[in-house]
Order: sequence, then structure tokens, then C-alpha cells
Amino acid sequence: MLGKLTWSAIPIDVPILVGTFVGVAIAGIAVLGLVTYYGKWGYLWREWLTSVDHKRLGAMYIILAVVMLFRGFADAIMMRTQLALAYAGNPGYLPPHHYDQIFSAHGTIMIFFMAMAFMTGLLNIAVPLQIGARDVAFPFLNSLSFWMTAISAILINVSLFVGEFSQCGWLAYPPLSESQFSPGVGVDYYIWAVQLSGVGTLLTGVNFFTTIVKMRAPGMTWMRLPVFTWTAFVTTILIMVSFPILTVTLGMLGLDRYFGMHFFTNDGGGNQMLYLSMIWAWGHPEVYILVIPAFGVFSEVVSTFSGKPLFGYKTMVYATCSIGVLSFVVWVHHFFTMGAGANVNTFFGIATMIIAVPTGVKIFNWLFTMYKGRVQMHASMWWTLGFMITFSIGGMTGVMMAMPAADWLVHNSLFLIAHFHNVIIGGVYFGYIAGLNYWFPKVFGFKLNEKWGIRSFWCWFVGFYLAFIPLYVLGFMGMSRRMNHYDNPDWYPWMLVAEAGAILIMVGIACMLVQIYVSIRDRALPENVDLTGDPWNGRTLEWSISSPPPAYNFAVVPTVYGLDAFHHDKELGRQGTHKEFEPIHMPKNTAAGVFVGAFSFLLGFGAIWYIWWLAAISMLGIIVTVIMRSANTDIDYYVPVSEIEHNEAEQSRRLVAQAAE
Amino acid sequence: MAHEATMHPSEHGHDQEHGHESPVVFGFWIYLMTDCVLFGSLFAVFAVLRDQFAGGPTGKELFDLTNVGIETAILLFSSITYGFGMLAAQKHNSGGLTAWLGVTFLLGLCFVGLEINEFTHMVSEGNGPDRSAFLSAFFTLVATHGLHVTFGLIWMAVLMVQNFGKQRFTERMMNKLTCLSLFWHFLDIVWICVFTFVYLMSVV
Amino acid sequence: MITKLKPALRGLVPLGTVLLLSGCSGLDLLDPRGPVGLEERNVLLLEFAIMMCIVVPTIVLTIYYAWKYRASNTSAEYLPNWSHSNKIEVAIWGIPTLIIFVLGIISYDTTHRLDPYRPLSPAVAGTKPALNVEVVALDWKWMFIYPDQGIATINQLAIPTNTQISFRITSDTVMNSFFIPRLGSMIYAMAGMQTQLHLLASQSGDYLGESSQFSGRGFSDMKFRTLAMDDSEFNAWVDKVRASSDTLDSNDYSKYAAPSEAAPVQYFSHVQPGLFEGIIAKYNNGMVIDKSTGKVMHMQSAMSDMQMKE
Repeated sequence: MLGKLTWSAIPIDVPILVGTFVGVAIAGIAVLGLVTYYGKWGYLWREWLTSVDHKRLGAMYIILAVVMLFRGFADAIMMRTQLALAYAGNPGYLPPHHYDQIFSAHGTIMIFFMAMAFMTGLLNIAVPLQIGARDVAFPFLNSLSFWMTAISAILINVSLFVGEFSQCGWLAYPPLSESQFSPGVGVDYYIWAVQLSGVGTLLTGVNFFTTIVKMRAPGMTWMRLPVFTWTAFVTTILIMVSFPILTVTLGMLGLDRYFGMHFFTNDGGGNQMLYLSMIWAWGHPEVYILVIPAFGVFSEVVSTFSGKPLFGYKTMVYATCSIGVLSFVVWVHHFFTMGAGANVNTFFGIATMIIAVPTGVKIFNWLFTMYKGRVQMHASMWWTLGFMITFSIGGMTGVMMAMPAADWLVHNSLFLIAHFHNVIIGGVYFGYIAGLNYWFPKVFGFKLNEKWGIRSFWCWFVGFYLAFIPLYVLGFMGMSRRMNHYDNPDWYPWMLVAEAGAILIMVGIACMLVQIYVSIRDRALPENVDLTGDPWNGRTLEWSISSPPPAYNFAVVPTVYGLDAFHHDKELGRQGTHKEFEPIHMPKNTAAGVFVGAFSFLLGFGAIWYIWWLAAISMLGIIVTVIMRSANTDIDYYVPVSEIEHNEAEQSRRLVAQAAE
Repeated sequence: MAHEATMHPSEHGHDQEHGHESPVVFGFWIYLMTDCVLFGSLFAVFAVLRDQFAGGPTGKELFDLTNVGIETAILLFSSITYGFGMLAAQKHNSGGLTAWLGVTFLLGLCFVGLEINEFTHMVSEGNGPDRSAFLSAFFTLVATHGLHVTFGLIWMAVLMVQNFGKQRFTERMMNKLTCLSLFWHFLDIVWICVFTFVYLMSVV
Repeated sequence: MITKLKPALRGLVPLGTVLLLSGCSGLDLLDPRGPVGLEERNVLLLEFAIMMCIVVPTIVLTIYYAWKYRASNTSAEYLPNWSHSNKIEVAIWGIPTLIIFVLGIISYDTTHRLDPYRPLSPAVAGTKPALNVEVVALDWKWMFIYPDQGIATINQLAIPTNTQISFRITSDTVMNSFFIPRLGSMIYAMAGMQTQLHLLASQSGDYLGESSQFSGRGFSDMKFRTLAMDDSEFNAWVDKVRASSDTLDSNDYSKYAAPSEAAPVQYFSHVQPGLFEGIIAKYNNGMVIDKSTGKVMHMQSAMSDMQMKE
């Protein structure tokens, strides 16, 4: 009846997990209790959970990402603490069984549920507004994508308390991840969580690609596209080309595990090298999927806060596109040590180095955007400067590892760990947080507190160097990644420094929480509330409408006459001219996405535990929900002119009030 | 399929500024391109593992080209019948559409039936997907196509029923029919690759 | 403002210490004991130096521009519409391209010259014949077979100094990576396959050897000592191993190969010939491909006997 699921799957003998469970349960009950107390269930359901509004979905993505950041970071600091203790015979407090799950979960959660969710959230918030669209091309699919991501995140966290998680690292290399060596449910949790979220990501890719191609405002030619939208566009292409490869790869691993097939097994003619090639054929583009939108954020931030157009817009576009193309011809650099021939290694090594050229060009573009500008040190600008410094170093170590002869020394060492955290934290995370600080007032109508934002930045920035420079050093000392304990006295002091860095980063995360709390508390203060919709003297269309924007975004779809459309409109005094309004056709909210998500969760859970009746019913539930959605004709409505006029009059009143001050 | 049409303002004439055609068909076409990558990956896997028999039977020993030839003919023919269905739909000929989709559905069902028959035959002789890497790759590639066909059949049945309801020949309905048409022809193209690279080249 | 920029510089200090510490203890990769490691270290440092030429100015300019063009500095020039310069474009595309071109040439040269499959050149390794060692990664220990001496060990690798060691590496479990940080190049160990590696120790010593590819529960203790010693000591070591009462043949191989953590050093005075090939062959229906020659070798009946038992 319950497949492999028995009471022994509940880890009541692991105090850390019991404590975590109690904490999560208390927090969960508190949240649910508050919602009930304030009678907000209906509001939450109607306005948020079933919403198809891209701005709200974006906000929910980012909330999910921040929660997953806590989870992923908790894993990180547990690992650092283990290695600060587990020295010279001390086993530490995490036995390998638990520790191996933690580093696997840390990577999986940070990439798939923190970074990807955050990235998708920023895309949701900014892209339709930047191109002058009223929504994305497929609003329901957008909601569905979110729910697929959200339930996968829940599924992976269920593994904490029911069963176990994978102990094979974040990419689950076979044969270790095959049932022969990992017979438990851990790898199955990994496969199902990643696969289900992959469905959401792929749909997001298709959705935003279509949106950008088909729904740009009149006059917005490709070379007038805001840079963030360009980066989003390239990212959607990378998603669409690479995620199917991931689906196939993990699908085959699953078939090996569930049906005894021989894709990647040691025996039966399986080929583990094929898995490495395929997972990295997805994995390398994946890091660009994450970092390219961050580049877009930096471009917007630097230009806005320097009071200048981005230096070398065209160069930036070409550089972004070439990075996108090159990202598909470098995957072998993840396994130069597999014994490929010298010519193969050379090709992929040099291809990897070539990526450094357009990436370097981007850094210089941001540099020359500040040149002869008026740089305002807004919090998002701090993150950007921190990024430019940190990413330069990360790029350098990346080029060092791109040389096969050097990689043969430092591959799989803590040097590698330091390198990719150098680019993922210094590039991706800094970028997303810059984007959060930048677009937050657009979504919520008030600014994030700057003082706490900058404090958070400094903790992260200094904490990053404290935590990861020691890892570079340890790499030079020959320390492999994923070790649980060690006895080399030379390594120990560096591990302590890294632990201190992790603690400082924790303070940085705490500062961010305080920042959010303080901002919400002081949201009504005149210096915080965003009356005009244009708090930073922005240059792109999202700043031309009120904050938060109405559901339909633009009362009248704007016409675009050049790059930095809103900036030119302001300069030429083109805003505010009287417009004739027409009823706006909008999609209705729908619960179908929530239901498909819920059924998918049960499908995954059933399949993980071999509860086949549950999996079958859930599959049927998904199909029936989709068919019902397809049969539903009550999916849209018109916003009446009176409501648009009312909203517009309000906004004009606010603009006048602001101008009078 | 999860890719049914959702409406967007721009597909209606009310928004004069949006002169674009429906994004639905375009979006679905883009989705098919991602499916193309998915099948491409499976073909690549098959190419890598095609000689890994692990002491088990080779393709030459296993494949019955007559059976596969019939499958191919059925699927190709079903593409034509779907095309007739679309012609009928464009004329808003409800009876024609239902009839042609019905024929297409039956042909698709025959295809899936033949495939299941082939698979059960192979498995019953001990040559299932767990026999060797070659067979794992073979079953996965062909079954992935077969699953797509199966979902196409479910979709087709749904549309046939829906066309009797409120959505009859609406723009949304036409978009759905067009998407399924793209899907169906796409599966045909994939099958031709399967036939050539999996069956023919294993036997030759 | 300036006080806030200072911590940015502070972040660079640890990086500087990396360089300063290169003479200090523990930095095994920067203080290699063999020509392969030495050359790879030099590549690493050369790259570092070349990249610094571009990274340092970038970081300095970032801080300088952010400072100089700060909003409060109204005396600095402000060009609110300036966004293009052909000269700068040429420079920012040209200089990185040039650097990558140089690095590309170095990459081509070193990747080929240091290819782990390629025997070391006589100029480096001298004319002494190479010592063959067969390496098997097990859960969670390393087995070393000396086919020419007919001996084997677990978790201890003794090698004569100034002699080229020709490793052939496989795995009888999951993927591992064979790595002796002091000597250079690592390479994967994979079941059913054979990878090759050529190393040389130029100084005697006791060096760490490890798996750098995570392989499961006992991974952290999957370490061995590499004892580099002169020829006479090595011969004495071989004699010591030959004095062991344990032997290794296909019958008791599986006993020793069974998973164990933090396994102690073990010596085997006799190894059944062809054991290594047999370990590879059992994943390939009794066939083993010799990668250096590309020949498919059929295992002898003795070996297939072993597979039956396993």
C-alpha cells in the first residue's frame, strides 16, 4: 500500500533533523495561524496563489528563492562547521551519511531552487514591463511553471523528514547514483525534484521567448530592446536548448534505477562517460542561464545610477549572444581528467578561454558606463561594484582552470569550489540582489531600506573573501572537495577562516532580513514610498508606469522611438499626453496551475516511494485538470474604461503631488 | 498536453497597437523545437550505445522490418488524414473534421498497438530494455516517441469532443487544432528518423 | 565614501597571501616533487601572472571610476549621452583577445606535452625503463599491482625516484580520480575502462595520494601514502612485500575488494598475472581493449573463471 515507505523512513534518531522539523513546523503553523487570524485565506488564494499576473508570480518566485536560500545556506554553514571541527581524529558532528546528503542538497537547492527561481522571478517582474507588454504570452503556463518549481522545492525539502536525500553530489554522477551503489530513495528524490522543476523551467523558457519575440511594443526593434530583456532572451534560448538534454539525462538515470536499464551502469554496456558529457552539455549552459540575466541587471543598474546610457550597447548584445553560443562548446572542461585525447582537451580548453573575451568586454562596458557619469551609490550599485571586483577574480581562476594542464592539478579540489562560488556568488547572487533592490519598488510601491542593504552587501562581500580565499589556498594544498574529515594540520587554520567567512555571510543574510522588515515597517514614510513609479530616474519602460503597476501594466501600449525609451520620452516631454482608453482584455486567474502542481507533487512522491496507485491517480489528475482547463471558456475578462481612467487619474494626481513638493 | 491555448490580449482585435498574429501557434512551434532537442539527445545516446550488446542480441537479430514498415506506413498515412481534417476545419465542416480526426485517431491507435506488440514480443523473449545498453537506448527512444503519439491521441480525442461544444471553430479551437497538427506531423518526422537510424541502419 | 571603499581593497589581501605563502608549508601543488607537477605548477602561475595584467587594472579602474565619478563630485566631467567610442571598443575586444591568443598557444603546447597518456620524454625521465603500476580503485581503498614484480599492495604506493612510473588505472566500483598532489596530473578511474598516467618523483619522500572524485561513504579516508625512495630502498621494499604471507589471485580478490573504510596497508607477495585485465574485462563480457594499442584482448579461461565466481 505504501510502497517502500515505512516508519523507519522518518529520521527520529537524528536530533538535527528532529530539531529542524520542529522549527519548520512551528514557523509553518505560525504563518498559517496568522493568515487564518487575519482572515486572509481568500485573499491569498484569489490574488496570489491562483494569480496569472507576471508581477505577482515574479514576487512569489523570489520569495521561494529567498526561502530556499535559507535552506541552502543552512546546509553550507553546517558543512563549514563540520570541516572546522572534523580534524585530527575528531569525527565532527555530521557522519558521512548525513554530510553527503547535505552537500548534495546544498548544490541542488542553490542552483535549481534558489538561483533558477530568483532568475525566473526577475524575468517575470521586469521583462513584460520592459517591452511594454500587458502580460506574458501564456499567463496560465506562467502560473503552471511557478507551481512546478514550487512543488519541486517542497518535494526536495520533504526528503529532510521522510527518507533521505541523494548522497551523490549535486549532479549525481553514475555509477555512484545507480541503484547498485545508492539503493535508497535519495537519488529518486533528486531525480523527481529536478525533473519536475525542469518542466517549469522549460515552459518558462518557451513562454518568455514567445513573449519577447511576439509582444514587444510597437517600435521596439531588436536593437531597442533593453539590455536586461536581451539577456533574458538569450537565457530563454539556452533554457530551451539545454533543459531537454537534462530531462533526457536524468530520465535515463531514472530508467536505470527503476527498470534496471543500462545507460550508465558499470555492466551491461552502460557508459558513465556519456552521462558526464550529457549532464554538462546541460550544466555548462546552465551557469550561463543563471549569470546572463545577472549581467542584464548590472547593465540596467550601472546605466541608471551613472545617469548615462550603457556604454557599447551593441557590443553588449553581441557579447551576450556570443557567450550564449560558446556556452555549448565548452562542456568537456568539466572533465579534462577523464582521459580524452590531447586534441579534444585543447579544443575545449581554448573554447573555454574564448568565453573570457566577451565576458571581459562586458566588464569593460560597465566600467566605461561609469566613466564620465554621475555615479549614485545606491545599494544595487554597491552590489554591482562588488560584482565587478569579485567576478574579475572568479573569471581569472576560471581561465586558469580552462588550461587542461593546470586543471589536471586543481580539478575536483577546493580550488574548483572556490572558483565557482566566486562566479556564482560574485556574479549570480550579487546580480540578483542588485536586481531585487532595483526593482523592488516597482512591484511593491516602496523602496527597500538602503542602509541595511549596504550592510548586507559588506557582510556578503567581505564574508565571501573570508570564506572562499581559504578554499583557493586549500586547493593548492591538494585538498579534495566533498571530504568529511581530514587530518592534515596545514589545512585546519584555513578551515577556521572559511568558517568565519560563512558566519559573516550569515550576518549578511540576517541584514537582508532586517532590510526587508525595516522596509515594510517604514513603507509609508515619504522618503520610502514610490509615488511616481520612477524612483531612480530610470531609462526603460517599466519606470513609466505606476508602482505597483495595475494588472494590465500599460493603460495605453507605449510606442517606442529609441533605445532607453522612457528616458527619451522624459527628455522630449512625451509623457502624460491625453490618451483615449479602450477596454483591456486580460486573462482570469486560475487554480489549474495549483492543481497540476499539487498532483505533480503527489506523482513525484508516489514514484519515489514506489506507491504506484498514488502515482497513477496523480497522473490521471494532471491529465484531467489540463483537459478541464482546456474545456474552460471562462478564462478572460475586459477591464472597463472607467477603471482604467480611474487608475490613470490617480497616477496623474500622484505625479502632480510629487512635482509640487 | 499542457500546451493548450491560453488567450492573450494581443490575439484579439481590441488592442489596435498589437497587430501580431496569435502567439499560441508560434509558442507551440517553439516548444516543438525543444522536443526536437529532446529527441536529438535520445538519438545521440542511441548512436553512442548502439554497439553495446553486452553479449545480447543485435538489432539485426531482433528487428522485423515488415512490422516496422507497416507502422511507418500507418503513421505517414495518418499525417495525410490529419491534413484532410485540417482542410475540413478551415471550411468549418464539422462532420468532415470529426470523420478525418476519427480516421487519424484509429491509425494512431494501430501504430501504438503494433509498437506495444513489438515490445511485448521482445520482452517476452528476454530481450527487454534491461538486457543491454543497446536495448535500453532502443526501448527508450522508441517508447518516448510512442508516448508522444499516445499523448497526441488523448489530445485528439479531447479536441474531437470539444468541437461539439462551445468552442466549435472558435479562434481558440482552430489554434488548438493547428498545434496538434504541428505535433502530429512533427512526430511523423521523428518517426522517419527512428525508422532510418534505428531500424534500417541496425539491420543493414 | 572613501572609507567605504577601503574594505574593498581589504578583500584583495587574502589573495596576496596566496602568493606570499607559496614558500610556506602545505601548499603541495606549488611545491611539487616531480617534473610533471613542476611544469603544471608553472603553467598555473604563468597564467595567473598573465591574467593579473588585466584583472588588476580592471579592479583598480572599477574602484577609481566609482570614486571619481561619484554623484557628489560635481567637478568631474559628466557626459550624460556619451556611450560609444570606437577606440575603447577596439581596446576592450582587442586586449582580451590578444591575451587569450597567447594563453591558447600555451594551452595547445602544454596540453599535448603533458598529456597524461604520453610517456615522459627521455630528456625529463632519463633512459631508465619505466616502472609499470596497475591501479584499481575500490570501495574505499586503492590497490596497486606491480605486474613486473608480481606483487601488489593496498593503500601504499612505493616508487623509485627518478624513474618514470607508467600507471594503468581502472576502477572496480564507482568513478574515482587518482591523484598524488605532489607529483602532478590526476586522472579518473572508471570501471571497465583503463586510463593512463605517467609521473616521476624526483625527490624521495612520503607523499599524500587520494581520490579526488567523490565515491561514497568512505571517500574521505580513501587515501594512500606514496613512498618515493631510491632504487636500493625500493628493491628492499619489494623484498619486504614478497615476504608477506598474503597472496592475491582471482579467488580471494573479491574478499579484498569488498567495501571497507580506512583500510590498512596490505602487502601481497604474489599476484595472479592478468588480474588487472580481468577486472576490466568483467565489465566488458570478457573483453579488454588496450587503449595504447587499440587491440581487443580476450581474457584467458582463468579470468573468465574469476567472473563466474563474482
